[in-house]
Amino acid sequence: MQGGQIGVASGTLAPTRAGLRPPRMTKQRVREALIFLAMVLPNAALIAVFVYRPLLANMYYSTLDWTLGSDKARRVGLGNYVEFFTSAESWGVLRTTLIFTVATVGGSIVLGLLMATVLNRQLIGRGFARATVFAPYVLSGVGIGLVWTFIFDPITGVLSMLLRGGGLPVPQWFLDPNLSLLMVIIVYVWKNLGYCAVIYLAGMQAIPRDLIEAAAIDGASRFRTFWSIVWPLLSPTSFFLLMTTLLSSLQAFDLIRIMTPLGNGTTTLMYDAYLQAFGGYNRAGFSATVSTILFVILIVLTVVQLRFIEKRVHYA
Amino acid sequence: MSIATATPVTPEAADLGPAPSAGQRPRPILSTILGGYLPLVLATLIIALPLLWMFLGSLKTSGEVISNEIVWLPGSPSLDAYQRASAKVDFPRLFLNSVIVTVAGAGIKVLLAITTAYGLVFVRFPFKKIIFMGILVALMVPSQVSLLPNYLMIAGLGGANTYWGIILPGLGTAFGTFLLRQHFLSLPGEILEAAAIDGAGHFRRLWSIVIPISTPTIATVALVTVVNEWNDYLWPLIITSNDDMMTLPVGLTLLKNLEGDPSSYPILMAGAVVVILPVLIVFMFLQRYIVAGLTQGAVK
Repeated sequence: MQGGQIGVASGTLAPTRAGLRPPRMTKQRVREALIFLAMVLPNAALIAVFVYRPLLANMYYSTLDWTLGSDKARRVGLGNYVEFFTSAESWGVLRTTLIFTVATVGGSIVLGLLMATVLNRQLIGRGFARATVFAPYVLSGVGIGLVWTFIFDPITGVLSMLLRGGGLPVPQWFLDPNLSLLMVIIVYVWKNLGYCAVIYLAGMQAIPRDLIEAAAIDGASRFRTFWSIVWPLLSPTSFFLLMTTLLSSLQAFDLIRIMTPLGNGTTTLMYDAYLQAFGGYNRAGFSATVSTILFVILIVLTVVQLRFIEKRVHYA
Repeated sequence: MSIATATPVTPEAADLGPAPSAGQRPRPILSTILGGYLPLVLATLIIALPLLWMFLGSLKTSGEVISNEIVWLPGSPSLDAYQRASAKVDFPRLFLNSVIVTVAGAGIKVLLAITTAYGLVFVRFPFKKIIFMGILVALMVPSQVSLLPNYLMIAGLGGANTYWGIILPGLGTAFGTFLLRQHFLSLPGEILEAAAIDGAGHFRRLWSIVIPISTPTIATVALVTVVNEWNDYLWPLIITSNDDMMTLPVGLTLLKNLEGDPSSYPILMAGAVVVILPVLIVFMFLQRYIVAGLTQGAVK
């Protein structure tokens, strides 16, 4: 009995030693396998049912002309895709997606980097500043959206009142589609730049100090040191941030939904997929098409990322 | 100046010395203020002021909000807006719903992440790598792709406007599994081997060795999961339509639809405070863990 258990133990924990023993512990193997299944299967099954099954189902739905709630659906093959790429509206959606994504990714990365360079200096209160700047990233997008709706309100908003007080015109943030997009971009960057700042800060602190000291001894200016030493060494960090912020910007939803429910000027692919199915149109098939297109874009970006990392590893 | 920099900087001094570039080089105070403190303070204000404005707004009266002059501070701070918000939408109930969904959802997710990660690291099974990849790749499948099919499935099973309907589809956890697996791989195998020789089974080893020595990582996973569940919006928005089954973010959407008039901003700010404040408090105290969890993977 005792001996048997020892056998199990070394069989389990030291697979390298397993070769020394003849594979006769099939009973223990089965036991191990059952324990593994008990531990892993629930999670794996949930992921299969609620992530992978829907992924395939969604692709199938995208080939249907189908109203949400109706039990009749007509197969249209790639009809929805043809409709998407031939309608002017969809190109507007793609344009909005592109502007929103480029502006929010660029904005959060550039401002995050600037913030990180400030936080990297030995200043009193920088711990507090770091925490404050990061905080919005973890707060509810719906709550944040409400707060900024209050600030941007053209009549009672504090921003509008300040502008009016200064004799400046008050922008119609909620009526003009372009300004609506700008407003959502501003709030999105405000909420996410702390994430970029903290990750850049970690990247900067990983740079060997003697490199920077050597540059200082050589008489390099602060800017020159940053441009020739810090920035190149931060490139893996920049790339990581580019990818993560790109993927999350493409999936932005909360702020858009709460600040501009109709999506006037702010309908990105993600928001269009929501509006088509759940925003009153009930176009389930077309919504599935839009989200499949978005999914393909995300996959392409992910593959590009993996390729790039591979390359880096080769050259490193 | 070059003489000053050339003075040998002993390693000790360099370690004590603050930021890299600050080293031993004398820096003009002006540059520290303009290039350091000014942007630092400015950025902190830009982030903090809107949140402060929310708190102040929730304590104001409707009259103060629609006044032609900016009313910076509430004349007589009152919780009136909170009461009026609760009259429009049942806030205690929404709060309770959010707590239930967050505690149950995050609790199960963390449990699943722990057992999955343990199984993947310590239990013998064929094709573990492939199973792990299958779980990991799920991280990359965006939520909106699964939205419609999951809605049809859950609503079809009668899960609309139920707690289980809100919680179930999000339970599979790739993030927590990934983080904990990384951590478990770093644990010293000898301790577990010794326990195994003493006759401790897997569940025993998990419970009395692995979990106790992994509490910081588990806390990180738990906190990030709790925050995500609390803030979760898209799925609850779609699967709930009854006022009394909504979570806070969904209820706030309803409140905003009901209260379109500018004079109702105190009520909306009260709602925003209710959804933001709990996370803000948790963040203030456990910032370190949350930041570590959310920025994991960046520094590899």
